[in-house]
Amino acid sequence: MNFRGKNGSAPATPVAGPSVAPGGRLLDVEDLHVEFRTRDGVAKVLNGVSYHLDAGETLAVLGESGSGKSVTAQTVMGILDVPPGAITGGQIRFKGQDMLTMTEEQRRLIRGDGIAMVFQDALSALNPVFTVGFQIAEQFRVRRGMSRKDSTARAIELLDQVKIPNPARRVKEYPHQFSGGMRQRVMIAMSLALDPEVLIADEPTTALDVTVQAQIMDLLKEIQRERQMGMILITHDLGVVADVADRIAVMYAGRIVEQAEVHDLYANPCHPYTIALLESIPRVDLKGQKLVSISGLPPNLINTPGGCAFHPRCRMARDECLTRTPPLLELAPGRLSACLFAEKLHHSEEVVSGG
Amino acid sequence: MGRYVLRRLLQMIPVFLGTTFLIYYLVNAVPGDPLAGKCGERPCPPAFIAKYRAEYNLDDNVFVQYVKYLGNLLHGDFGQTLSGRPITDIITTAYPTTLKLATVAIAIEILVGITAGVLTGLGRGGFIDNLVLVSTLLLIALPVFVVGFLLQFFVNIKLGIGSPTVSSGAPISELLIPGFVLASASLAYATRITRTSTVGNKGADYVRTATAKGLPRRRVVGIHLLRNSLIPVVTFIGTDFGGLMGGAIVTEGIFNINGIGREVYRAIVTKEVVTVVGLVVVLVLVYLLANLVVDVLYAALDPRIRYE
Amino acid sequence: MSNAFGPPSGPGSYDAGTGQSTAVYAASNATAAGRTVGGGSAPGGGAGDISTQRVGGLWSDAWHDLRRRPLFVIAGVVIVVILVVAAFPGLFTSKDPTAGNLEFSNEGPSGGAWFGYDLQGYDVYARTIYGARYSIIVGSLATLSTTLFGMAYGVLSAYYGGWLDGLLSRIGDVFLGIPFVLGAIVILTTFNTSNSTVVIVTLVVLSLAVLGWPVPARIMRSSIIQAKGADYVAAARSMGASTPRIIFKHLLPNALAPSLVYATISLGAFIGAEATLSYLGIGLRSPVVSWGVMISDSQRYLRVAPHSLLFPALFLVVTVLAFVMMGDAVREALDPKLR
Repeated sequence: MNFRGKNGSAPATPVAGPSVAPGGRLLDVEDLHVEFRTRDGVAKVLNGVSYHLDAGETLAVLGESGSGKSVTAQTVMGILDVPPGAITGGQIRFKGQDMLTMTEEQRRLIRGDGIAMVFQDALSALNPVFTVGFQIAEQFRVRRGMSRKDSTARAIELLDQVKIPNPARRVKEYPHQFSGGMRQRVMIAMSLALDPEVLIADEPTTALDVTVQAQIMDLLKEIQRERQMGMILITHDLGVVADVADRIAVMYAGRIVEQAEVHDLYANPCHPYTIALLESIPRVDLKGQKLVSISGLPPNLINTPGGCAFHPRCRMARDECLTRTPPLLELAPGRLSACLFAEKLHHSEEVVSGG
Repeated sequence: MGRYVLRRLLQMIPVFLGTTFLIYYLVNAVPGDPLAGKCGERPCPPAFIAKYRAEYNLDDNVFVQYVKYLGNLLHGDFGQTLSGRPITDIITTAYPTTLKLATVAIAIEILVGITAGVLTGLGRGGFIDNLVLVSTLLLIALPVFVVGFLLQFFVNIKLGIGSPTVSSGAPISELLIPGFVLASASLAYATRITRTSTVGNKGADYVRTATAKGLPRRRVVGIHLLRNSLIPVVTFIGTDFGGLMGGAIVTEGIFNINGIGREVYRAIVTKEVVTVVGLVVVLVLVYLLANLVVDVLYAALDPRIRYE
Repeated sequence: MSNAFGPPSGPGSYDAGTGQSTAVYAASNATAAGRTVGGGSAPGGGAGDISTQRVGGLWSDAWHDLRRRPLFVIAGVVIVVILVVAAFPGLFTSKDPTAGNLEFSNEGPSGGAWFGYDLQGYDVYARTIYGARYSIIVGSLATLSTTLFGMAYGVLSAYYGGWLDGLLSRIGDVFLGIPFVLGAIVILTTFNTSNSTVVIVTLVVLSLAVLGWPVPARIMRSSIIQAKGADYVAAARSMGASTPRIIFKHLLPNALAPSLVYATISLGAFIGAEATLSYLGIGLRSPVVSWGVMISDSQRYLRVAPHSLLFPALFLVVTVLAFVMMGDAVREALDPKLR
């Protein structure tokens, strides 16, 4: 599975461990802490994030902007801007090896090959002055030592795989000549070039028209199934994940507040924030009723409220929520929630609806 | 593309006419008799005056004179100096020298300016960055003649490196210091423009993408970042070329270089109207063409540009 | 065409405004069009995901930032000192800058004359102090006239657009096509025949202004074009705001920053330009005392009396540097991208 070491700069020792059987553990994020040191103070953007990803599964990471879902992904990729960012604690293990203690060169070889990423805004994420063909093919040339001709042929194949019509012609075009949806397909093709084991898709459809969003989601789902990749899908839209994800991790203020199999989460959310999120999805059967939104603003990460970070916006908040930080407790195998009343919510077996 | 170039060429025509007319008008407005002192101590014989006035249409009004002058230009006739030397002769001897000087200056801008700009842009805030920032400020603040004097005084005279004046053949080695002097302010701008665009592009999403693709850092910087960061500085340097040709007058004076600047200055002082206009016409042409080339180059560098 | 000398044509990040306009605008249009096709702009997110809302506008932010920059503070102090010297030279010296004593010709610095004497036996210190006045006057007047005229021209050109913009831009190009030094030499040799101080100063200012205005006009034009596309301008227009109101209330405040930065830098550049013209012997001249005149007078005696060139040159460079530094600091403070 790993074809590293073909170009001169690669070290002799293989970086990524043995290849992983279907269902094996690919990625382990454990108690990750990240701060941003800004002029206005230190923002604690990740406060002990833990999640894992197995081969062949899709994990959706859900949260509002500012919840830390993108920062987690950037830290995993090793593309966090340092400074102002700083990793202050935790581990990120790719196939058992801690990436944070590796050399920069070892980490680089995992990027693209072990873990690849699809970015949100393909227009700015693609280099405006190079053709899409060049940008896809350079990975083959630099990482696999392929010739210009062969690598271009591979680039055309990839464009075809992501269903871009007329790939042989379009490979010579520049990013701005593509429509938004097609550009995101290029982005996906580029991320697939080195046959990664983990694909991180950071809000891949946010910048797109609603009609195109579904097509891109379907494409990602299809590719993930075909290649049996592990996929982390970052989104703030609960609506899009139901069909795609196997598990969901909900983030709030730099922590995972709930984690569950996708059906369990929809059927029985065990955190008031998840409940609120589910209620804010527009539903056809409730047409005519007022849309519910979560009151209040996301917390200020420089000055996070004490106790449970969600308490100022939580309608279940009690006095103890202001002082006690709820630990992330395992309610059942694969079910985690960080709420003082998680057990109660878990046993209520019923979606709390209305207010 | 072809249509765009054509349109730009057409746009150049009124600018060219306007600029050259302005120069023509101003130079002709220089008070004093152009023939004063041309015939020794005595006033010129009336026959000579009449012939001279007729040849340069001095009895027409300035517009007619200008149009007639343009007509001659179209035939490649730049006229003659008062002593009878064809102006094309001056052009062909003086232009190559100034061209060489400007080329040396541009080479220095590219080599020193872009290198310094990229290095400081990458390592922002360090010692080298601050050093380069302060020296660019200094180069911008120092008038060219001061830079020229200082270098001539310290390098040529005190250290005895090179010669304070450039010999007639103007070999490249002797043009290095004058070239630096001529380039000094532009060099500082080229450095700062490169630095600014490098800093601006460093955080760009596509640079992050390139890193995420697992490319080596030297490729991320050397290909993805650099290619984008060079666009503004390449256009700046291109536009600067025409400016350097016309701005060489002070540098040529200090280092005694027989280029176009000295010829123009000499002609202005001796009120050789035809010479001044002829030399400036070529300067304006070079300037306008350099700008056109830059515009076309811009499209080659940035594929997002469309010419309507 | 003024790069070898005279006002800069492209300070730092504002170069886009002064460079070759057509191509640059085509680029930004192309990008904008691409975005629309792409289905609306992307919402925030990205790197930080942190919402650090900052209070106060661009200017108060910039001021907050500037006060902590040592370069800005130093430049500010130098400028204030030079302005005081220019306004009240009598406070700094009791000697007459135009009273020469040939007995002391080219004598070096001493306790009685800190900067020594020049060829004519003039006190170099006194002349340097008095020289500040005309350097500053020429620099300020040239900056004021080019900036005001250039700004009005640029606003007109950008606001009305169309054929007027084309015409005005071409006229600007005509003046930009004249090599700066050459143009100044021609203008000054043509008209500079009077011996009256006022006339000489006016002519030097005029020649700098005639050749210098197109650059601020271009800068203003491009920033107005940028501001014109903003939604708040469309909103103001749809609510029936009058043209002057849109220009003065909505466009100018948002388009002013690059022009002000350029004006600060060009003040320094014009002082240097005045010195260059005087050095060429066609700018200010005796009896007017300016740094350029002093440098011009003493350049031939560089080896005998370097002090008579060194001190005015030093003051000239420090002053120009202070304005350039000030403009640079303001530009960095106003440009959020560079933070």
